[in-house]
Amino acid sequence: MNEGMITSAYIIAAILFILSLSGLSKQETAGRGNQFGIAGMAIAVLATIMNSDVNAYGVLLVTIGVGGGIGAYLARRVEMTQMPELVAILHSFVGLAAVLVGFATYLDPESNYVGTERTIHDVEIYLGVLIGALTFTGSVIAFGKLSGKVTSKALILPGRHMLNIGIGVACAILLVLFLGTAPEGAAAADASIGKGAGTFILILMTLLAFAFGVHMVMAIGGADMPVVISMLNSYSGWAAAATGFMLSNDLLIIVGALVGSSGAILSYIMCRAMNRKFFSVIMGGWGDAPKGPAVEGEEEQGEAVAINADEVAQLCKDAESVVIVPGYGMAVAHAQHPVSELTQKLKAAGINVRFAIHPVAGRMPGHMNVLLAEANVPYDLVLEMDEINEDLSSTDVVIVIGANDIVNPAALENPNSPIAGMPVLEVWNAKQVIVSKRSMATGYAGVENPLFFRENTRMLFGDAKESVNGILANL
Amino acid sequence: MLIGVPTETFAGEKRVAMTPETATHIQKMGHTLCVQAGAGRASNIADDLYRDAGVEVLDTAVAVYQKADIILKVRAPDPSSSVGDEVAMLKAGTILISFIWPAQNEDLMKALSGQKVTAMAMDSVPRISRAQKLDALSSMANIGGYRAVVEAANQFGRFFTGQITAAGKVPPAKVLVIGAGVAGLAAIGAARGMGAMVRAFDTRPEAAEQVESMGADFLMLDFKEDEDGAGEGGYAKVMSKEFIDAEMALFREQAKEVDIIITTALIPGRDAPELITTDMVESMKPGSVIVDLAAERGGNCKLTVPNEVTKHGEVTLIGYTDLPSRMAAQSSQLYGTNLRHLLADLTPEKDGKVNVNMDDEVIRGATVVNAGEITWPPPAPKLSAAPKAAPKPVAAAPVEPVKTGGLGGTAIAAIVGVVAILAVGSVAPADFMSHFTVFVLACFVGYQVVWSVTPALHTPLMSVTNAISGIIVVGALLQVSSGSGLVVFLAAFATLIASINIAGGFLVTQRMLKMFRK
Repeated sequence: MNEGMITSAYIIAAILFILSLSGLSKQETAGRGNQFGIAGMAIAVLATIMNSDVNAYGVLLVTIGVGGGIGAYLARRVEMTQMPELVAILHSFVGLAAVLVGFATYLDPESNYVGTERTIHDVEIYLGVLIGALTFTGSVIAFGKLSGKVTSKALILPGRHMLNIGIGVACAILLVLFLGTAPEGAAAADASIGKGAGTFILILMTLLAFAFGVHMVMAIGGADMPVVISMLNSYSGWAAAATGFMLSNDLLIIVGALVGSSGAILSYIMCRAMNRKFFSVIMGGWGDAPKGPAVEGEEEQGEAVAINADEVAQLCKDAESVVIVPGYGMAVAHAQHPVSELTQKLKAAGINVRFAIHPVAGRMPGHMNVLLAEANVPYDLVLEMDEINEDLSSTDVVIVIGANDIVNPAALENPNSPIAGMPVLEVWNAKQVIVSKRSMATGYAGVENPLFFRENTRMLFGDAKESVNGILANL
Repeated sequence: MLIGVPTETFAGEKRVAMTPETATHIQKMGHTLCVQAGAGRASNIADDLYRDAGVEVLDTAVAVYQKADIILKVRAPDPSSSVGDEVAMLKAGTILISFIWPAQNEDLMKALSGQKVTAMAMDSVPRISRAQKLDALSSMANIGGYRAVVEAANQFGRFFTGQITAAGKVPPAKVLVIGAGVAGLAAIGAARGMGAMVRAFDTRPEAAEQVESMGADFLMLDFKEDEDGAGEGGYAKVMSKEFIDAEMALFREQAKEVDIIITTALIPGRDAPELITTDMVESMKPGSVIVDLAAERGGNCKLTVPNEVTKHGEVTLIGYTDLPSRMAAQSSQLYGTNLRHLLADLTPEKDGKVNVNMDDEVIRGATVVNAGEITWPPPAPKLSAAPKAAPKPVAAAPVEPVKTGGLGGTAIAAIVGVVAILAVGSVAPADFMSHFTVFVLACFVGYQVVWSVTPALHTPLMSVTNAISGIIVVGALLQVSSGSGLVVFLAAFATLIASINIAGGFLVTQRMLKMFRK
């Protein structure tokens, strides 16, 4: 296969990747979109292997075979509630691969750039390794937090901003030193000179970037995970793009840019859904402490009124319309299947049942949709916050399952609240609100939720799965 | 304690202060009960039903007053009733619970004080959240509002609902409700239920939301200054002259248009404000109906005659003041329940012993005479039943969402971007620039494509982008045939993990997408 044909194959692959993403715009075309992606990847990999430079077929057969096998096994075995963990760990692989490819490129004795080209190439390698490294450790920590192996609380080190700036400055200085290792003058023709020192600097910087990735994600709380996941998604794209630059490979650049901008848009959507600035999320924690006490000027807290499952069942039977608001608690309790059954029973009784999904419900973008889809809830019943917020006031019963901050009226009513201005599902406008929750504990934002004390709110305490099963038994 | 319920003596009063159902509940608090024979007859409750509920039936009012420690009544006791002086019949130490209206009945208050009784006025229960369950004024107003619509429909010669029939088209009736308190809201609900087009007006801005929640249109006043008509305890207050002028202009205009006007405007302790003037009545369409719920206090329309249905020209004016009594069975049930809740507050231990706890805000407010001592008016309640205007501005002015920079910010970003690209172009070789072109264009393509992805598919989007970012395997593939062993090792390892990514990402996406179904 000659150079021109490989480039043609790359163009076809790039088009297929773009079609793949645009296919995901609707459920009907999403499956085809995924197949386009698979086709694009197959073409790209085959074309590369056909390249006359590639001849280590044995190694490739083993590595691709083993890697593909592990991937297929993971994909089949993973539970839908664990999707965020899977996505996080896969991101880390891209990051690590970018680091490895960066090093390999630098050490490749066949590379022979000189002058400005050498400088640009070195900068590309440096950036590729940097982004790849922090994506790697950041994703590993995110995986740990999501799977509960690392505490999901935000770790706030003293002087953490200084620490971040320090790492940034150190990386910049190392870049200058790194470029300085390139030979000059007459020696410039021999590209291998100075590689030893350069490798050392590169390793040093990689360690710094590893530390930065760890620190960055450690400082971000559990509720911000949707932002972190999308951000790491974006970084893995930029890492691929940087690798594309260092290898002068347009396909890598295109795909990296697609993935990078996709992740960036998702991060932006998630931040908007929480009314937070991207920067303050990345800076970690729930920002600075709120200026005034959060409860100031709030209505009297009153008492939360408990309810039991058979009363909830009765309320549902008498209702004309029911809206279910799932949150992370539903995922934790694996309650999506009983919830689906509840939906089917209510629908069979002629009740209009719908779901209201807040953009940041769960631990990654679209998490709730996937869980409900797994449990066979028809997707046209599942509505976004903006689609359903207005209908909530004419809804008879809202059942909140394991959600807290996303239904907190303080976000709209109390300007001193740490979550003030965050768009929320206005469930309190419904005639009756049932909140299924394990206890009165606060959500990730650590804010009291006045919803629980509203006159039309009833608390259904207990594990979400058991609670929903209790309602089912009484229907 | 023994609780007695005499028959109401006021002419036309059909209600009774206890029903067999409330009797059962009251007995559970440890009380015993007696009722005068025939007390429930006008509310369709036979004496036998009381007997079945365990209530002793006594023949005369005197017997009830003699025996009972607590007297439950609807109307205040009447010194000149058909059975004699009801006040004089009260034994010293009796607890009387009924409507009393202490502000209007000074003589009665003195007489009660002279009898050394304790009197609790259901009309003086403070309007706080906790006392809602014993707010008899609200439950009676609710019935009054409903009945007002029924009476209006009775006098109105047409359908309420619009119909298109084989015999022609019927336009819907237009109803104007003035005053959106409990009675007004009940009237809106009833009129809406019968299919009329309903609009409503109130001086309190917070009423707008309640009116709209009942399905009526809230009439906005074209008035510049912000004047809030909310007074103490959720009642209206007197408005400024300019406000009233604007209001009257609105009513004048509406009077020509609507078929039915229901007025419920009352300000505590004052005569009802005149809202519908004679010229407005005359401007109404023939056959129109006005129901004046304020008739007892002078009327919102001066032409209404209390307790009567009159005609002014072709307009019918209804001035009934006994609307709750006209639905005696319903009223008795709700009023009886209000009394039952008050008794529950009075007997906290459920041991049949009454404790008139003057430290309890609700009991303190209701008690107008305590063992012969006049204790009215009570100190002002601390909390208002309706939320004060204070939280409103917060809700009305939603917190500004975080903005990522306005137009100026965009312009600056654009300039910085252009300068940066030019700067890169000035030093970079042509080869790099061609890659850079591809990169920037791909970013834009990605931006356009990804925005159109439905939020429900964000998780599959992430797993697909994850899989395709495994394209980094191409880089590793190109290096795996290098001459350097270290490079080969690095590249082989990169190929391995990138392959996990590709296979895992695509397959899990496939699995997820299969689950989405319509």
